[in-house]
Amino acid sequence: MFSEKTMAQVREMQETWNRKVEDHRCAYGERRERFTTISGQEIRALYTPLDIREHDFQEKIGFPGQYPYTRGVQPNMYRGRLWTMRMFAGMGTAEETNQRFRYLLSQGQTGLSVAFDMPTLMGRDSDDPLSKGEVGKCGVAIDTLADMEVLFKEIPLDRVTTSMTINPPASILLAMYIAVAEKQGVRKDLIGGTIQNDMLKEFIAQKTFMLPLRPSMRIIVDTVEYCTREVPKWNTISISGYHIREAGATAVQELAFTLADAIAYVEACAERGLQVDEFAPRLSFFFDSHMDFFEEIAKFRAARRIWAQVMKERFNAKDPRSCTLRFHTQTAGCSLTAQQPYNNVVRTTLEALAAVLGGTQSLHTNSLDEVLALPSQEAATIALRTQQIIAEESGVANTIDPLAGSYFVEALTDEMEEKAWAYIRKIDELGGMLRAIELGYPQKEIAEAAYTYQREVDSGERVLVGVNKFVTDDQLPVEILRIDEERENAQVRRLRELKRQRDNSLVRRKLEELRKASENGQNLMPHILDAVKAYATLQEICDVWRGVFGEYRDPGFF
Amino acid sequence: MSQERKVRIMVGKPGLDGHDRGAKVIARGFRDAGFEVIYTGLHQTPEQIVSAAIQEDVDAIGLSSLAGAHNRHFLEVLQLLKERGAEDIVVFGGGIIPEEDIVRLKQAGVKEIFTPGTPVEHTVQWVRQNIRPRGSRQKN
Repeated sequence: MFSEKTMAQVREMQETWNRKVEDHRCAYGERRERFTTISGQEIRALYTPLDIREHDFQEKIGFPGQYPYTRGVQPNMYRGRLWTMRMFAGMGTAEETNQRFRYLLSQGQTGLSVAFDMPTLMGRDSDDPLSKGEVGKCGVAIDTLADMEVLFKEIPLDRVTTSMTINPPASILLAMYIAVAEKQGVRKDLIGGTIQNDMLKEFIAQKTFMLPLRPSMRIIVDTVEYCTREVPKWNTISISGYHIREAGATAVQELAFTLADAIAYVEACAERGLQVDEFAPRLSFFFDSHMDFFEEIAKFRAARRIWAQVMKERFNAKDPRSCTLRFHTQTAGCSLTAQQPYNNVVRTTLEALAAVLGGTQSLHTNSLDEVLALPSQEAATIALRTQQIIAEESGVANTIDPLAGSYFVEALTDEMEEKAWAYIRKIDELGGMLRAIELGYPQKEIAEAAYTYQREVDSGERVLVGVNKFVTDDQLPVEILRIDEERENAQVRRLRELKRQRDNSLVRRKLEELRKASENGQNLMPHILDAVKAYATLQEICDVWRGVFGEYRDPGFF
Repeated sequence: MSQERKVRIMVGKPGLDGHDRGAKVIARGFRDAGFEVIYTGLHQTPEQIVSAAIQEDVDAIGLSSLAGAHNRHFLEVLQLLKERGAEDIVVFGGGIIPEEDIVRLKQAGVKEIFTPGTPVEHTVQWVRQNIRPRGSRQKN
């Protein structure tokens, strides 16, 4: 990027400066021995043109909307349209969540994001013994299409897009969504949204798993294949680093494991016979935005560059949309503290800013009380306002990728990229991500990183304000949302009533057809759609699969 | 003097909640502190946890809960231990648990609850002070 002459001058100036700063350091010392990112990556005192002397502008940075997309996936980024402000919400019953959705839409939110309760996430109905005490607790309970109809009541599915954080039963919730849309008179080729549908990171980090690894992959590929033909505006897999990071991974591990998961999905879909440019444009990503501001921005920029290269060189993609890494971001839940919870607003603001400067397509900002319970309406509103202030007042959305060309940010982006590639190569050597998971490789790497981080916090080496420094005794009270047990009883009653009223012989027939299709390798989506339309429950469908494929058990590495 | 065996702790994840970062960090911390640690893995019923605890002859069960089902699960573990005559197994817990629930759970017999932000060392010290190997206690 710079001439030989300039470089020689900079080198000379830097040597002079190095000597000066060394004298200064000897005389006065520095605050710490080593300065590191939250992920333990060492950061130097100063970055100069020397750090990016090898940079080919076109190859490494380039222009927004152009390969390698370091600067963003759209040509005009937020000058055209701001990111989608998509707040994750769900609690108690479908009625309550529907009210919260309508409130959020009335407050200027532009997309929906559904949080399901643990039983729904795990493929259990509300009346299953294992669901006791968990119904509606950390999200909304959905047992059948009837609940889904209530959830989206008076919300026009041709005008909003919906993201559903759901994994083992993702195909079932997608089928229910399609069915609700059809009842509203909206054709399935017109609906837009996302299912998370990313089982690999479940085995690695989030641990809502149900079926073994390989049948889980088969159902994911079924949904990709079906949507490619029938629901073309649907994002079929939201390949997620968020949970990997929240489980304790470093920024580099989050980046590398997420992209290695993505590679495994592309390979599995290609094996099915799908052309890469048919389905890859509908793969999307989901990252965490943690507290280390520049590291996060570098991570997002590096992610786009690596993915573009992977798609172009490894998978021979021709469609530029196959090479663009579009992503949702959530601010880091694990960075929030139960102590002095109002400080969490500030943490979330910084994290949200990093996501925006990193070029996110959509964003969820956590509420200050999420470390204590599900967010209250007031807390969720402040979190949404945080995004609106960044968007409308701060001016950061006026120009594209404003940190490009910063010696530090570019050098850090390169470093993230190199280190992520090293992990991706290691996983390739192990035989790919599925094999790596079977060996426990990413799980152990993350457990190790989580433990190291906790030790650093415990020793005070890593400061958490209000937790291990600037600690106070006085507690500012925070009103928290409680979900009472009565919701569970009401949901169970509703489910039992529905089971009495539906055509049970039709349900049995549809489940039997699904079982046969599961055994003989047909695409399962049409059969799932038939079953949900007959009001088969989530668990009835999942139990068919448990019978055919068996269940995955946690190996419990620590 | 008889040789005292190591303190043996079961770290348990009851219910469908998959948040196991804390459980794994604490399991590792206990192991590094010299305790014997058995980690149940995820998605255990209270029944499975209690049966395994009795079978493994543990001195204490540390339950982790981050998805709001602590009241039911922790109380059920206490109840089952009582029914099996194993109330001398100490039950403690950690996770996202509101203050008023902590009071209620402690009254019911949960010995201690650790909330987010508690250093590992703090929990380790608490175990050293409050949990003795059951064998030696029975001999006293």
